[in-house]
Amino acid sequence: MIQNYFKQYTSAATLAFYRLAFGLMMLLSLIRFASYGWIKKFYISPDFHFTYYGFEWIKPIGSYTYIVFLICGAAALFVAIGYKYKWAILTFFLSFTYIELMDKTTYLNHYYFISIISFVLLFLPANCYFSVDAYKNEKLRFAKIPSWNIDILKLLLAIVYFYAGLAKLNSDWLIEAMPLKIWLPNNSNLPLIGSLLNQNWVHYAFSWTGAIYDLGIVFLLLYKRTRLFGFILVVVFHILTKILFPIGVFPYVMIISTLIFFDASFHKKVLSHIAKIFSSSIILFENGKVKAKNFSMAYKAKLAFISCFVAFQLLFPFRYLCYPNELFWTEEGFRFSWRAMLMEKAGYATFTVKDALSKKEIVVNNSRFLTPFQEKQMAFQPDFIVEYAHYLHDYYLQQGLTDPEVYVESYVALNGRLSQKYIDSKINLAKENESFKHKTWILPFNDTIKGF
Amino acid sequence: MYFCKKEINMKKLFILFSALVTIVACSSSDDNGDTTGGSNYDRKLLLTNWADNIIIPSYVNYQAKIKVVATNITAFNASPSEANLLTVRTSWLEAYKAYQYVAIYSFGKSEEINLKESANTYPTNAAGIDANISVGGYDLTLLSQLDKQGFPALDYLINGLGTTDASIVSYYSTNANAANYQKYLTDVVTRLQTTADAVLADWNSGYRATYIANSGTSVSSSVNVTTNNFVKNLEKNVRSGKLGIPAGVFSGGVKFPEKVEAYYKNDVSKDLLNTAVQASQDFFNGKHFNSATTGEGLKSYLDYVKAVRSGQQLSTIVDNQFTASLTANAALNASFSNQINSDNSKMLAAYDALQQNVVYMKLDMMQALNITIDYVDGDGD
Repeated sequence: MIQNYFKQYTSAATLAFYRLAFGLMMLLSLIRFASYGWIKKFYISPDFHFTYYGFEWIKPIGSYTYIVFLICGAAALFVAIGYKYKWAILTFFLSFTYIELMDKTTYLNHYYFISIISFVLLFLPANCYFSVDAYKNEKLRFAKIPSWNIDILKLLLAIVYFYAGLAKLNSDWLIEAMPLKIWLPNNSNLPLIGSLLNQNWVHYAFSWTGAIYDLGIVFLLLYKRTRLFGFILVVVFHILTKILFPIGVFPYVMIISTLIFFDASFHKKVLSHIAKIFSSSIILFENGKVKAKNFSMAYKAKLAFISCFVAFQLLFPFRYLCYPNELFWTEEGFRFSWRAMLMEKAGYATFTVKDALSKKEIVVNNSRFLTPFQEKQMAFQPDFIVEYAHYLHDYYLQQGLTDPEVYVESYVALNGRLSQKYIDSKINLAKENESFKHKTWILPFNDTIKGF
Repeated sequence: MYFCKKEINMKKLFILFSALVTIVACSSSDDNGDTTGGSNYDRKLLLTNWADNIIIPSYVNYQAKIKVVATNITAFNASPSEANLLTVRTSWLEAYKAYQYVAIYSFGKSEEINLKESANTYPTNAAGIDANISVGGYDLTLLSQLDKQGFPALDYLINGLGTTDASIVSYYSTNANAANYQKYLTDVVTRLQTTADAVLADWNSGYRATYIANSGTSVSSSVNVTTNNFVKNLEKNVRSGKLGIPAGVFSGGVKFPEKVEAYYKNDVSKDLLNTAVQASQDFFNGKHFNSATTGEGLKSYLDYVKAVRSGQQLSTIVDNQFTASLTANAALNASFSNQINSDNSKMLAAYDALQQNVVYMKLDMMQALNITIDYVDGDGD
């Protein structure tokens, strides 16, 4: 049966459409990012960068960071037009992931999503249709490709939605309507819906609808009968989130991505419209050729590898189960798990550096070392706090302090709870290290959030 | 739901799409952060109450109290006597207390001309003051002179020159440098007066209107700036300056009883602390200056956005914590120097009570009111 599944074929137009849309969206996102001056602001100006565990060597490289963005943008364009596709998508995956990993202050779930999609696209023949490569080289041209090439993209998208929905099944979200109860009133000056956003029932309606939407949308998109309705929901939902929250290009990326669920006839139509602009046609690519695969060892290895990758994607978001205490509080296993817009969390952290010999203490002015954005993110995430503490240790060691001890007095407020002490202020953080182990120096949450 | 059309009508889809994109474009184009964003709360009303009933009256009072000091100093210089010295002292303390009310509003003209730093930098530089007096030729408007003027300098000049009142008076009468001492006393109070006059004049001549009109939610909006300064004053000047630093919180337990506010008078640090905490509590509650009436304030703003934390109104939590602070302060000796030397734990308890409120306001309140401590504009997710 599995063998049979891998022998099913579908139109290559769908994958070509997705390649084109993905490439263009990435190009526009990068241009937007650069135009806001964020490259300098986030990656070049700060003295210090918060790195990812295991990827500490990935850091901005001064002014050369601009070149990384330039390479990434060019690669996105090449992916879009399908020119030297394999190299283009490889370059895009590497450069984009590099950018993503430079500083975790800017972590966003959708950056991770883009990295995953571009990684998978590396294994797909997305240039065999409506691409410069296939236009120039007839050997590369195919009208049909294995169905799994499309299904895997649908599956990855489904994981994002479904897991985001699962994450909303918790007592804060469903029973307290948190954090929407805090966020929605901030938009109460919007025309038409503004006054509603102050209403308590609206907070609950948004919370529950959001959870149901995330859990169910993929099913609506999968079935032909409900597909158009589902897509309208996608558009309405994401446009609404775009209006209500500062979430950048993510809504557009998701809206465009869900178009992959449509029939190939739709994708062909779009592509032929585009072809017309260039006084061309997609007939050239409709050569009836099927990119049939003989099940060679190499192909089987590729399928096995991709299957493992998918299994990893399914399991990795559940790693939080390996940690004690409340996930929202400790954030151990929070990132890379499709938990977006789930918490209103803020912190306040004051660091003290102490000379081990003279016992002299210095209270650190965070704004001297961190940007406001970094300070904000650092104040409520333990891995940031310990990394910053090590930076302070090293800095003050250079300043001549003997074996500097670093302590933090920190408070965190989560989802409408009164702030409480976050990190054990008696722990010398310079002696604690980042690891995948549970951080025992995070103080207890003193409350429970039930659910996923 | 069943859609019988086999193909999606591209045109309709396109129209739907562009309509929605237009909505987004419109709604985000007017989101320039200055006039929109935030709740429907009438921030102009809040700013008007702050300006007309709290800030400006506080400055008026401050100006008047300094004027009394100036008058009394003139009288003292004309006839240096112990009785006249006592009059100066009394008015100095009154003005010093009036200062605690205006220290909260260190923005606009006040920030521009360093009212706060020139009025209350302590510990004062006694040796520097002595040098200024004997050498002359000083310019108190220079930044390097901030620790040789203001209330702490007056404290030294009227309380710290000698151990007895008679010996203090002698500096202004029989001392070989008496004229210089008199001049310095006058110069310091004149400088206090000039700054107070300038700030009040600015509020009265247009800044009030600018202040109230700037009612948006951006980082430079009046509500944002005022709230930030209010919390900053409580954190840096009240919590750290009056309690934390002298009690050794920031020096690994090394205590500095000589760094208390009004060190030379020595028995009024508690009075000044209580006044400052009271001024902060009143501002939080929107209480009109020198009146029992309350109007719009951070308290009513918090109530408007229904800020409830752990089942209690956040405004009540903060207000109660102010009261807790005043209770902790009540256990302190009038002289903080003595308190630090005899039982520093009470100082630390007062510090902790205030620190707790700094956390409530800097974290919970700012979060509830969507006021950023510093501007951040990246994407969220």
